[in-house]
Amino acid sequence: MARNISFTLKYWKQNGPKDEGHFDTREMKNIPDDTSFLEMLDILNEELISEGNEPFVFDHDCREGICGMCSLYINGHPHGPATGATTCQLYMRRFNDGDVITVEPWRSAAFPVIKDCMVDRSAFDKIIQAGGYTTVRTGQAQDANAILIPKEDADEAMDAATCIGCGCCVAACKNGSAMLFVSSKVSQLALLPQGRPEAAKRAKAMIAKMDELGFGNCTNTRACEAECPKNESIANIARLNREFIKAKLAD
Amino acid sequence: MWLFNSSIGRKVVMSVTGIALILFLTFHMSMNVVALFSGDAYNMICEFLGANWYALVATAGLAGLAVVHIVYAFLLTAQNRRARGGARYEVTARPGKVEWASQNMLVLGIVVVLGLLLHLWNFWYNMMFAEVTGISTVYDPADGYAYILDTFANPLFVVLYIVWLAALWFHLTHGFWSAMQTLGWNGKTWFCRWKVIGVAYTTLLMLGFLVVVLFFAFQDCLGCCVG
Repeated sequence: MARNISFTLKYWKQNGPKDEGHFDTREMKNIPDDTSFLEMLDILNEELISEGNEPFVFDHDCREGICGMCSLYINGHPHGPATGATTCQLYMRRFNDGDVITVEPWRSAAFPVIKDCMVDRSAFDKIIQAGGYTTVRTGQAQDANAILIPKEDADEAMDAATCIGCGCCVAACKNGSAMLFVSSKVSQLALLPQGRPEAAKRAKAMIAKMDELGFGNCTNTRACEAECPKNESIANIARLNREFIKAKLAD
Repeated sequence: MWLFNSSIGRKVVMSVTGIALILFLTFHMSMNVVALFSGDAYNMICEFLGANWYALVATAGLAGLAVVHIVYAFLLTAQNRRARGGARYEVTARPGKVEWASQNMLVLGIVVVLGLLLHLWNFWYNMMFAEVTGISTVYDPADGYAYILDTFANPLFVVLYIVWLAALWFHLTHGFWSAMQTLGWNGKTWFCRWKVIGVAYTTLLMLGFLVVVLFFAFQDCLGCCVG
């Protein structure tokens, strides 16, 4: 049975990257607990608009956990208190009557705030552009069957490929490091024969771009893998380190 | 050069110097344990490691490793703080699998350095430094055993050394597997192995140091009670 909860919502308002920003507070009344978190924010915005106020800005798109567009740092957790799920898959039943729910943007120098809780994550696109692809023609889908790939490798590559590039790892990291993202993108190709010819070049190019864009250095705290909505493992980071070190030693 | 200007390269420097320092601690612990059995044997080691050229070269190398490790620690921390940006989160939570030590390596490292300075002042200054410069000391510079007895007769030093060892334990339990991870020698299977190996190794290492401190602290005390 759905129940209704009332709670205090503290949400971050910031008018552009240079603005100092502040929290706005609102009492949310009788929200059904089978409402998703983003639907709850839609209700907030309906209320704000009907009062003639500016709506609260946040990123969202598919609302089914696969596009990587939603973000939000909720009560100290990127993508909220649920594990292995994005913000759009978070439901109000995770919260209790009388709670204070604090909503913040991803905070990282490489992800400047565009407005409120919408941040500019195009730095990730630049890292992908630096080498997160294969330039060789790998044929049509049916040609995939021509190259035999061990099941374990295919599974591991698929797991790495489930990274949706939402930036949660950077938001969770005390160093603002993007290593979980970059390592997943390097791993998904490094594990497959089609990705091997360019593996060394790819690892070097993507790390160079990552460093250039101002992401921090990984100190293995594992906060990223604890918060990742796709449960990416830091085993990917070890693989990236291995690929990078081998590439540099081979130079 | 990638060891200076890439993020992974800088971490490799931290890992390699860190592992080298763990190996040094292993050697140092083994040497200390000798003092439990024989003061004369311990002093033989002290004499061997006095102002001989190979001991001086090794000490300089060791100091170099420590300096690189510390300088890089501050450099990396400064870069990481810049990457994090000026804005801080209002509410933060530490997920269960995040070790406390992993997020406080710099603080732990600073405690370790302070302990190291105390230790250098207690022992190295009176021993190797005294032998090289010829300054006069209370005991003979090669009589390390006398300095052990003297230092750990003071309960304040005993407590400070225990705090120092505790900080080192936290620092190394994270540092050990973290070094392997950074060097790329890790994965889903090896992760648990390295963690267990790291905790077991670090614990044995620190117990080796602790036994010597406590033995000489309470030997003195027991001596009073019996005498």
